[in-house]
Amino acid sequence: MVRLSDLDPGSAKHLLDKECPPFETSPWVEGPPVAERRIAIVTSAGLHRRDDQNFALRDLTYRVIPGDIDTAELVMTQSSVNYDRTGFQQDVNVVFPIDRLRELKDNGEIGEIADYHYAINGAGWLPHEIEATAREMAGLLKEDRVNAVLLVPV
Amino acid sequence: MRDNTERLRPPRFLWVPFELGRPFGAPDEPEFQTRVLRDVLALFEHAGPSPVLEDFADDAPGQDMDMTGWTCPIPLPKTSDPGTSELLSSVLSEIESLAPWHQIGVERRGRTATGVLGIPIDAVATFLHDIFERVPESPKDGVPVGQAFRQGCEELKTFYLEAATAKPGAAKSHELADWFWGGTAGGRLLLSLHPAALESADEGIKQVALGQMVPRAQKHRLG
Repeated sequence: MVRLSDLDPGSAKHLLDKECPPFETSPWVEGPPVAERRIAIVTSAGLHRRDDQNFALRDLTYRVIPGDIDTAELVMTQSSVNYDRTGFQQDVNVVFPIDRLRELKDNGEIGEIADYHYAINGAGWLPHEIEATAREMAGLLKEDRVNAVLLVPV
Repeated sequence: MRDNTERLRPPRFLWVPFELGRPFGAPDEPEFQTRVLRDVLALFEHAGPSPVLEDFADDAPGQDMDMTGWTCPIPLPKTSDPGTSELLSSVLSEIESLAPWHQIGVERRGRTATGVLGIPIDAVATFLHDIFERVPESPKDGVPVGQAFRQGCEELKTFYLEAATAKPGAAKSHELADWFWGGTAGGRLLLSLHPAALESADEGIKQVALGQMVPRAQKHRLG
């Protein structure tokens, strides 16, 4: 998501040292054209509604964001301090492009927007630790008839 | 980063050259955000095989803007290296000075990212300052004091930065970060608090001080 050369050396090393276990298989699923897809967002930005429980420092849970959310309700309690938040503070769409999806739907470029989107706190845990949460979210997305998910990191 | 993604080998991935925290490029740039989104969505119609790793070619808008003359929203009261006891009053004074710009920002955007602890910003500053002396009670039910400390630090920054970005003109994120951490009493409060938090009797506060309080890019300001 960022050029190594744009980072300070400490941050670059920290990110390069992250555990990145490769997928053991190469799954490839095709589907209908984008104009017929039902689309959801899963963000690691630690977003949630203001009245939801804040994310804890090391948190493997998720928060549900309704598809018709008023973006004024969204706050961010992600654990990391090492990324820019001023973009989100000015415009939610820089991390959670719900207004852009709504415009594409109005234009007929996508089929539908999911009833529910999901947010996790993308810091403080190892990849394998989030698997159960990911499987639970996948089940919920299937029940919501979603057939295209945007995984959006920060 | 691209290197990490190449190791992970997800089925479909669009790499973007934007700074961390801005996966769709830049705020208030709907046309650019839509371009990024269309490129992501196009991956669903790619013929494969897995993995498909594509690059978004363009930098985010605003990378070449002239920052000459960018200043904080208003002149903040001068507080030349105040002691711990004066630090809180300096922060409260800054909050009062920034409040009109913060309010303008809220009205213009129709939202604020502050409010995660459910208390006013001056109470957040007081809660943080209390940690110099003791382990205060968490201001929010169900949130342990260590978590409230982390979120309070973010809350203070968010208030300052929402005010700073409400003024006319634009600033790059690193300029804003340098302003907060290097030019405000709010930043000095957090930097001064860091050693006290590391020695806190509360394990949660200690944990936050170890890695979730001062960004790596600003740690050179610690003593």
